[in-house]
Amino acid sequence: MEIKKETVEYVANLARIELNQKELEKLSGQLEDILDFIDALKKVDIKDIPPTSHILPMNNVLREDTPRPSLSHQAVLKNAPCAKGNFFGVPKVIE
Amino acid sequence: MKLNALTAGELLERLDKKDLSPSEIISSLNRQIQETDSKVKAYVRLSDSLEHQTPSIKHQAPTLEGIPISIKDNICTEGYNTECCSRILAGFKPPYDATVIKKLKEAGASISEKKTNMDEFAFGSSTENSCFYPTHNPWNLECVPGGSSGGSAASVASDEAIWALGSDTGGSIRQPASFCGVVGLKPTYGRVSRYGLIAFASSLDQIGPLTKDTRDAALLTNIISGYDPCDSTSADIKVPDFTQALVNDVKGIKIGIPKEYFIEGLDSEIKVALEEAINKLKELGAVFKEVSLPNTKYAVPVYYIIATAEASSNLARFDAVQYGCRSTIANGLIDMYKKSRGEGFGPEAKRRILLGTFALSHGYYDAYYLRSLKVRTLIKEDFDQVLKDLDCIITPTSPTAAFKIGEKVEDPLKMYLSDIYTISANLAGIPAISLPCGFTRDNLPVGLQILAKPFDEEMIFRVAYTYEQNTPWHKMKPKL
Repeated sequence: MEIKKETVEYVANLARIELNQKELEKLSGQLEDILDFIDALKKVDIKDIPPTSHILPMNNVLREDTPRPSLSHQAVLKNAPCAKGNFFGVPKVIE
Repeated sequence: MKLNALTAGELLERLDKKDLSPSEIISSLNRQIQETDSKVKAYVRLSDSLEHQTPSIKHQAPTLEGIPISIKDNICTEGYNTECCSRILAGFKPPYDATVIKKLKEAGASISEKKTNMDEFAFGSSTENSCFYPTHNPWNLECVPGGSSGGSAASVASDEAIWALGSDTGGSIRQPASFCGVVGLKPTYGRVSRYGLIAFASSLDQIGPLTKDTRDAALLTNIISGYDPCDSTSADIKVPDFTQALVNDVKGIKIGIPKEYFIEGLDSEIKVALEEAINKLKELGAVFKEVSLPNTKYAVPVYYIIATAEASSNLARFDAVQYGCRSTIANGLIDMYKKSRGEGFGPEAKRRILLGTFALSHGYYDAYYLRSLKVRTLIKEDFDQVLKDLDCIITPTSPTAAFKIGEKVEDPLKMYLSDIYTISANLAGIPAISLPCGFTRDNLPVGLQILAKPFDEEMIFRVAYTYEQNTPWHKMKPKL
C-alpha cells in the first residue's frame, strides 16, 4: 500500500507528534515497507474467528470502593514540568 | 572466584554460613563495573551513584537478605531515576515502587540505583535505540547484546550484576539472554504484576528474571510472582515454590519440535547447536515429536500491529503535563504536545507510535487491528492444540547469534524479524525461557527456548535445569 507523505502527516497529527520534512519522507518509505510486509495477513481466512484482545479468561475485574491512602500533592507534582500551587501548569487553552 | 561472578543461590549459601557480608558483594560488583562498564555500557546515567537501596524495614521472609539486583530502566524504583532510556522522561523519579520492587525489598534484596540500558520504551531488539548509547555484547564488543533488555542481559553476562530484572513484550528478555549467554524467563502473562512497569503493550508485557543459571531464575520468579490488586490483569492463582521443580530428570517428558522454526532463515550453526541440545535431552530420556504450528509465519506481522496499536495508546500519556520534558518553544497547548513529543521521542518510538495510530485510525481499524486480533486467536489455538499432548516445546531463541552494532539500524523490518521465534509466546500468553546451549565458531552464545502451557513454569524449570546440569554452557564467561 502506498503511504504518501500527507498520510504520515495526518497520522502524526492524530498522534500529536511534530515531524520535520526529512522525518516525514523517511517514515513514509519505512511505513510503506512495514505495511507491505503486514499485508501477508490478508491471506488468512478469519471467517468466524473471534478476536483475542486479552489472553486470560477474565473480564470486569472489580474491587471494593473503599478509600485508601494515596500519594501527596507534593509527590504527584514533583515530576511536573510546570506546577503552580496544587495544580499542573499548561499553556493558555482559551483564547 | 570473585564474589560478583557467583550466582545469587551460591551467595545465599555463603551468607548463610556467615562467610561474607552483603557489603562485600556490593563492593565486588562496583569494582567490576568500574573495570568493565566503560566497554560494555550495560548501565545508563553515569551520574547515578553505585549506591544500593537496602531496605531498613523489617521484612517478613528475608529470603534474599543482602543480595543486590539490577533493574531495567522501565521499572519504577522510588526515588531512583526511571527514564525508559528516553529523552522525554529525562529526570523522572517515580514517587512509588513497582510491585516487583516492593516484593524484592520485602525479601531483603538491595536495589541498585544504577539502572540497566534498554531500547527506548523497550522498542527494539538491539539496545541501539537507547537515547544514551548502545550497550556492547560482553562476548564481542562489536556486537549488540540483543534487546530490549540488553543492558540487563549484558550486566549479568559481564558479572556487573548478580542478576537483573527485564521486561518481555515480544522477546525482550529471551533474545538478549540468548545473545549474551545467560538465562532469561518470560513468565506466563498474569503471573507477575505489571504495576509500575512503564507500559509498552499491555496485553503482551511481562516482567521476568535474567540470571546466570536456572536455579536463580526460579528463586527470583518465586519472589516476584503473585496476584496484585494494583494490576487487574495479574492472575489470582497459586504460586508454587519453583525451586521444587529443579530436579535433574526428564525421563518420559514429551517435547515438541515445531517444524516451522527450523526453516530458511535459521543460521546453520544455530541449527547444529539446537540439534545437539535435542540429542542431549533424548539421551537423558526425553521423548521428542515433530509438531506443526501452522500460523507461525503470521506472528511477526500480527505483533507489529497489536504491539504498536497498544503502544500508541499507552504512550499518549507522555504529554509533558504531569511528568516528562516540555518543549520550551511551543505556542499554545496543542503545539506544546506536538513539539514536546517531537523532541522527546526517538526515531523508533515515532515509527511505532505512527504505525499503531495508523492501524487504529478510521478506515484501517478493521483491516489491520481487528484482523490481527483474529489471527492472534489462531496463533494461540495452535499452541493450545499442540500442548494438549505435550509437556513443552523446544525451539531456537533467535535465528542468528548476536549481530554487529549498526548492522540493522537502517532497516527496521530486518530488525523486527530477529524476534521471529520469541513473539508467539507473548501473543499466546505462555511462559518461555532462553538458556545457553552452545557457541558459534566466532564464540558467540547460542540460546535454546523452552515454551510450556500457561502457568506451567515448573515444567520449563525442570527441563532447563536438567539440561543445565548435564552441559557446561551456563558456566562459560566472556573475557573482558
